Amino acid sequence: MSDLGGYDARLDALASTEKVHNLSFTGKLWSWRYIVLRRFTQLGILLLFYGTAHWAWQWPEKTPLLSGNLSASEFIGLIPLADPLAALQIFLAGHVLRQETLIGVAIVFGFYLLVSGRTFCAWMCPVNMVTDLAGWLRGKLDIRALFHVHRNVRYFILAATLILSALTGVAAFEWVSPVGMMHREIIFGIGFGFLALLAIFLFDLLILKNGWCGHLCPLGAFWSLVGKAGLVRVRFDKTSCTHCGECAKVCPEPQVLNLKKLEERGLVFSGECSNCGRCTALCPEGSLAFDLRPLIRQHNARAAGSTGH
Amino acid sequence: MAEHDVARRDFLVKAAQGTAMAATGGLLWVYLLKQEARAHPFALRPPGALAEKDFNAACIKCGQCVVGCPYHTLKLSGSGSDLPIGMPFFEPREIPCYLCPDIPCMKACPTGALSPELKNINDSRMGLAVIDLENCLSWKGLRCEICHRECPLKGKAITLETHPRGISKHAMFYPIVNSEYCTGCGICEKACPTTEAAIRILPHKLVQGKIGDHYRLGWTFDTEITQDFKPSDVIGPGEGKTLAPGKAPGQDYLNSGDL
Ligand code: SF4
Ligand code: SF4
Ligand code: SF4
Ligand code: SF4
Ligand code: SF4
Repeated sequence: MSDLGGYDARLDALASTEKVHNLSFTGKLWSWRYIVLRRFTQLGILLLFYGTAHWAWQWPEKTPLLSGNLSASEFIGLIPLADPLAALQIFLAGHVLRQETLIGVAIVFGFYLLVSGRTFCAWMCPVNMVTDLAGWLRGKLDIRALFHVHRNVRYFILAATLILSALTGVAAFEWVSPVGMMHREIIFGIGFGFLALLAIFLFDLLILKNGWCGHLCPLGAFWSLVGKAGLVRVRFDKTSCTHCGECAKVCPEPQVLNLKKLEERGLVFSGECSNCGRCTALCPEGSLAFDLRPLIRQHNARAAGSTGH
Repeated sequence: MAEHDVARRDFLVKAAQGTAMAATGGLLWVYLLKQEARAHPFALRPPGALAEKDFNAACIKCGQCVVGCPYHTLKLSGSGSDLPIGMPFFEPREIPCYLCPDIPCMKACPTGALSPELKNINDSRMGLAVIDLENCLSWKGLRCEICHRECPLKGKAITLETHPRGISKHAMFYPIVNSEYCTGCGICEKACPTTEAAIRILPHKLVQGKIGDHYRLGWTFDTEITQDFKPSDVIGPGEGKTLAPGKAPGQDYLNSGDL
């Protein structure tokens, strides 16, 4: 498909778009597989925390199953887990971290280093459910942009988080984080955190598309930086792609689906991709699919070989 | 204007706008944090909690202490409440701290915000019990003393003083809290039978005074005698002369028998 502007190519692309919009019922259901799975992990983890806090879920006996929340927790009384960004803020605020926290950080950090940082966003973060809903509704209502904000603002907010933690002596983001608020208040009782979530919902719905997660959230920014070299990536197969551009329309971070870059790299390279699976489930040509990074090169080499490119 | 001047101006304006945005946002953020961190003076923290400022820095707001407490004593403050967001506290009139000897709340804390230095739960100082003398039944003259009986450190944290009462042959039994031993567990506050508790736990800094180092409580010293009125040592009229008894300054007229 090298003649990008050619008539045939445009026909192919149109055909692809057609396929996207004329899915059979089962095809449609199948295209929801990742969103169902993601809700399953997001709500499942919440349920484990909730059950441990409220119904005293235990395993093994007399040991809380999963105690705490996303900021820090302990699994089956054995495995500590801790949010690396929260721990970093606490450290900068002037508190010496204990070994238990450090082990927890190492486990979580290591995990997302491997699977790609922002996998946290699409598969774990509770706020993602709110912003996904806002994004979906915004699409349905066809609401136009009010203004433009650069997506790199989040990295400045991340830097400010660290600087302000050191200056004020408290973990600057943790004290205002809607992510922490939402999880904490679902698990440990109601405050006014839902107002913050409502604000995010309205902001995303009416003001800025993917406003919070795609432009502002410093935790998302942090994981973007961490997971750049993660193993689980969306592979791109340039031989089958018709350049219909439907993937970038559903992607909450469309800049990562720049077709030119995809062709160069053969995969979604940017750490800003959250492995949400929207594009892979949607692509009518099967050009986008989850794969492990080391296998992607082989796959692409094979694909290129078989079509003689 | 030359073209690159325009570009230059645009750039400078953009930079100024960016800086202004960042500064405004940053100031707002700092203001929010300061508001939040200005700990509500009435917050009672779990056993072993670090001093307020360190506690604010250290607590990761995970709630593992809450899950660890077998009595459901601890809660995390919600956002929008008047306590700093997301941190553990308790309200003794609802559920006090029962002073678990193995301190599970502290053991559950991953950050050390509840300090592992606390080895004996009786050394915890969550607050200090304060008695409202006007509404305490015992201080009114009734036989209550429930707080004393319920206190896990009774006889130390709360002691009873007996006082004769006017013409009645019954004595008054006054409960007195001793800050040296009171843990601030709040079991007394929970137990107090008055409509509003007449004994309450408050953070030390709200109720505890400090006398200052310059006061000397002379009667507490056994040996240190600071004044000596031995008559022979005072400045007398001449070397080697002893004053007659009763002639020392300040004693002369008192002892002269003239009064
Ligand atoms: S960007 Fe932030 S709020 Fe959005 S999903 Fe990621 S961590 Fe959650
Ligand atoms: S590239 Fe695909 S998987 Fe990544 S964020 Fe976009 S839609 Fe989701
Ligand atoms: S000492 Fe026991 S009762 Fe008191 S707060 Fe800790 S776990 Fe709860
Ligand atoms: S366990 Fe420690 S860090 Fe977690 S909420 Fe309690 S005091 Fe804070
Ligand atoms: S708070 Fe009350 S019950 Fe607890 S140690 Fe102090 S006086 Fe005793």
